[in-house]
Amino acid sequence: MPLLDARDVHGGYGGMNILNGVDMAIEADEIGVIVGPNGAGKSTMLKAIFGLLRVSQGEILLRGEPIHNLPPNKLVQKGMGFVPQEKNVFPSLTVKENLEMGAFLKPGNVRRMLKQVYDFFPPLHDKRHQPAGELSGGQRQMVAMGRALMAEPSLLLLDEPTAGLSPLYMNEIFEQVKLVNSAGVGILMVEQNAKQALAIADRGFVLAAGQNRFTDSGAALLADPDVAKSFLGG
Amino acid sequence: MDTKRADTVAAPGRFPLRELLLFAAVLVAVLGVYAVMGPAYSTRMLVEASCYAILALGLTIQWGYAGQFNAGVMGFVALGGFCAMFFSIPVNEAFWGSELPGELGRVLLYMVTAVLVVFAATRLDRLGVPKRLRTVIAVMLAVVLYLVVINALRGVTDQIESRAGFIGGLGLPVGVGWIIGGALAGGVGYFIGRVCLGLRSDYLAIATLGIAEIIKAFLKNSDWLTRGTATVSPLPWPVPGPSEVGFTLARALYLSVTAVMIAAIFFLLSRAYHAPWGRMIRAIRDNEISAAAMGKDINKRRLEIFVLGCILMGIGGAALASFNSMFDPQGYLPLNHTFLVLVMVILGGPGNNLGTIFGAVAVYIIWIMSEPLALFLMELAVTFGEGAFGWDAPTNLDSRALQARVFVIGLLITLVLRYAPKGLLPEKVRHHG
Amino acid sequence: MNELVFFINNVVIAGSVTGSIYAIGAVGVTLIFSIMRFAHFAHGDMMTFGAFMVLLLTTAFPGAGAAIGVPTALVLLPLAMALTALLAVGIDRAFYKPLRAHGVKPIVLVIGSLGVTLMLQGLIRLFAGTGGQSLYIDDRKEIFRLALPFEGARAPVVVTEPQLYLFVITLVAVVGLHLFLSRSRLGKAMRAMSDNPDLAQASGINTNTIVAVTWVIAGALAAIAGTLLSLDVTFKPDLSFFLLLPIFAAAIVGGVGHPYGAVAGGFVVGFAETLAVFNWSVLLRPFRDSLPEWLTQAGNLAFVGTEYKIVVPFFILVVILVWRPTGIFKGKVI
Repeated sequence: MPLLDARDVHGGYGGMNILNGVDMAIEADEIGVIVGPNGAGKSTMLKAIFGLLRVSQGEILLRGEPIHNLPPNKLVQKGMGFVPQEKNVFPSLTVKENLEMGAFLKPGNVRRMLKQVYDFFPPLHDKRHQPAGELSGGQRQMVAMGRALMAEPSLLLLDEPTAGLSPLYMNEIFEQVKLVNSAGVGILMVEQNAKQALAIADRGFVLAAGQNRFTDSGAALLADPDVAKSFLGG
Repeated sequence: MDTKRADTVAAPGRFPLRELLLFAAVLVAVLGVYAVMGPAYSTRMLVEASCYAILALGLTIQWGYAGQFNAGVMGFVALGGFCAMFFSIPVNEAFWGSELPGELGRVLLYMVTAVLVVFAATRLDRLGVPKRLRTVIAVMLAVVLYLVVINALRGVTDQIESRAGFIGGLGLPVGVGWIIGGALAGGVGYFIGRVCLGLRSDYLAIATLGIAEIIKAFLKNSDWLTRGTATVSPLPWPVPGPSEVGFTLARALYLSVTAVMIAAIFFLLSRAYHAPWGRMIRAIRDNEISAAAMGKDINKRRLEIFVLGCILMGIGGAALASFNSMFDPQGYLPLNHTFLVLVMVILGGPGNNLGTIFGAVAVYIIWIMSEPLALFLMELAVTFGEGAFGWDAPTNLDSRALQARVFVIGLLITLVLRYAPKGLLPEKVRHHG
Repeated sequence: MNELVFFINNVVIAGSVTGSIYAIGAVGVTLIFSIMRFAHFAHGDMMTFGAFMVLLLTTAFPGAGAAIGVPTALVLLPLAMALTALLAVGIDRAFYKPLRAHGVKPIVLVIGSLGVTLMLQGLIRLFAGTGGQSLYIDDRKEIFRLALPFEGARAPVVVTEPQLYLFVITLVAVVGLHLFLSRSRLGKAMRAMSDNPDLAQASGINTNTIVAVTWVIAGALAAIAGTLLSLDVTFKPDLSFFLLLPIFAAAIVGGVGHPYGAVAGGFVVGFAETLAVFNWSVLLRPFRDSLPEWLTQAGNLAFVGTEYKIVVPFFILVVILVWRPTGIFKGKVI
């Protein structure tokens, strides 16, 4: 049974449909990457999965259980974590407090998870008493991912984790995504840096105009001349 | 078939059934009041309702057109009332015959000089004085000069109070006071608007609430200017008064004056609403960011509309004070002069001038009629309470009945916001394009 | 020397008393602002409601304080706090929550809170009348006179019993709030929601719970502030609009959404008020001989008369909005 299975998802904001039938499935230990041109509905799809957007048609299953249109806090309970692209930390809370908020629903394992997150992201341990608003962009991204990991999700949704970062940090973030995945967390992420992202992807989904254009393994998509021509800039 | 029917319903020139029904209901209510309470009383009610309609039009353009909430209508009404009093009542010879006007003029001159000196001090940095030092100098000067001026003023005003009572009026035609009342209210509105421009709309509500209480405190405590709690009456009317032509006719004449004013304001407002200026105002209200992106000067437009609303409140307040023929600063209450107007606007339809006028008249009739009704209900409850539980009736039934009305107005506001947020006659928003 | 004592009595003590009351009120306003993003105009009447509950309870159990040796009103304060908190949550459920659910602009909630304030005012005055009443029904206000150890200081520094309790309670409330916000799970979640409500929701924080907790705290603090105010002078049901302005000014001075800033702002506004109505000519009296005549002749050197006290918070409000709208501690909500 796939970890996440979205079938024929339609949805949008206030009557305007942005998603016109998207299919998406990943297994428990996979990294899925959504790429595509601007306005293709990539981030919208992520929001639809996380219950931030009404799904008007189709269904989304988490381990076979329908979850579409459940509120976000229910989804966190069911093992889903979401890292938004912007405003993804609590700026006036310290790094440690940010992480604690991630485990709000599971206060019992704060200590254990804190240790695990500090292992994933060593810089955070040094800065744990500093307000998150004072950190650099890359470190903030680590706080955001760490916060989502605190609830021990089985599926982590990342919305453009490398947006606005320097190439150096970008590689670091991709490495950390792989590291988190190897610890058994399924990942579904939207990325602008399509080539790099597809290189670490088990599944790739190329969206255009709210529909799947290509769906295959990451390596196969990278090798596909059609994909390369239209979406990867040659 | 279905689409065709939907088209005809949405056609712009639809028959105004809702408006007609609501105004017919108001007409029936007015006729009912005439039949029960007699023409003199009922005409008085209509004049007051028409003054309130001017206030409500002022608030509807601020809140309905521009989304700015003014929680201090009372202050602007009181300013208008003060001007109506000050410019129209007879000249006080006891004051003007003495040397006191000269003294007062001297203090005012001090005041202007002090303001100029402090202003000059704030510009000292242009002469090479360090900014920090300039600020210290300006603040120190302001404090000292303020104390000097305020002491001189206290001296003169005490003299005025003890020797002449108060400075009296200017004996000018009534209309002058009304116009200057509007201008003064607009000036205060300009000051408040400038301070709160570009900030959250909550701040405007807080600031207006504050300025209203300050204006009232000033008018109430400045006995030399307004006789304070002693009140000033009678104020002259712009039309022949009751002593010359009788109550009903005099009030009817007054009503014709306010009706003409409302008609003129209504006409000018609808012209402005449909003009590019009005479209711009609504564009700003509905989507500030995109309006700003289109290069519209949001803050300037907002300030214009806020000042315009305050001017109308000043004029309406002036007309109201003249009609009551008495200026009583203590009679200005947030309930009667802010919240009642608010209910009129949100119930009638914010942004819809016709709806606002309907709301003003309808709510005012209910308001006036609820006073005897509330008293009657209270008495009924007391009789019942005494009979059933041997309950001691409180002695001050009148003031308690007033508190029941406070509660009802509050309940009305919350209910309308929840169940009829656009009012009974909603603003017709046309989609362009 | 007596002039100094006069200054301490009229400015230092009076300013701390007013400052404490404004501070506790402003903390409630600022918490509501930071969680629900609107200026809660019904806060003044919520304070009155708390004090009114104390009045009712004191009338019902007049002997409760004598058993412990504390004024009855203070013994019953926790009960009144609970009742006021309950009222605050109830008001939110009945009036504000449906508006929020419709996704209205914050200013509509402001108008809604004005409706609520009128309802509370009407109800309280319907039952309590409009006159002042003392919360010290059977107790006597004790007055402490501290003589200063200086030569020639004949007048003592005067502190009343309720003022001492007021300082203690304010301290306890502020420290308690600090511990709650910095140590407890719910307190941190409140700060998180004030920082970023969407992310708080995405973290699994139940925003409805946080809203309810905010109302409980704001209601309880309002009850404290209202009771302390009524203990210091008398219970007056018609104060609300005169309390709102200084409290909002305090919250804005401290930076809206900033609880510690609100405490500081409360004392700033409280001291500014007492300093402004203080007659400075008293302090000039000892130097009578060495000052120019025109200065000593002025009998009253107060900045504003007590009848114009409300001008002071308004002036502070205008200055802060013009000079630094985010407040001295840089608030989150502007």
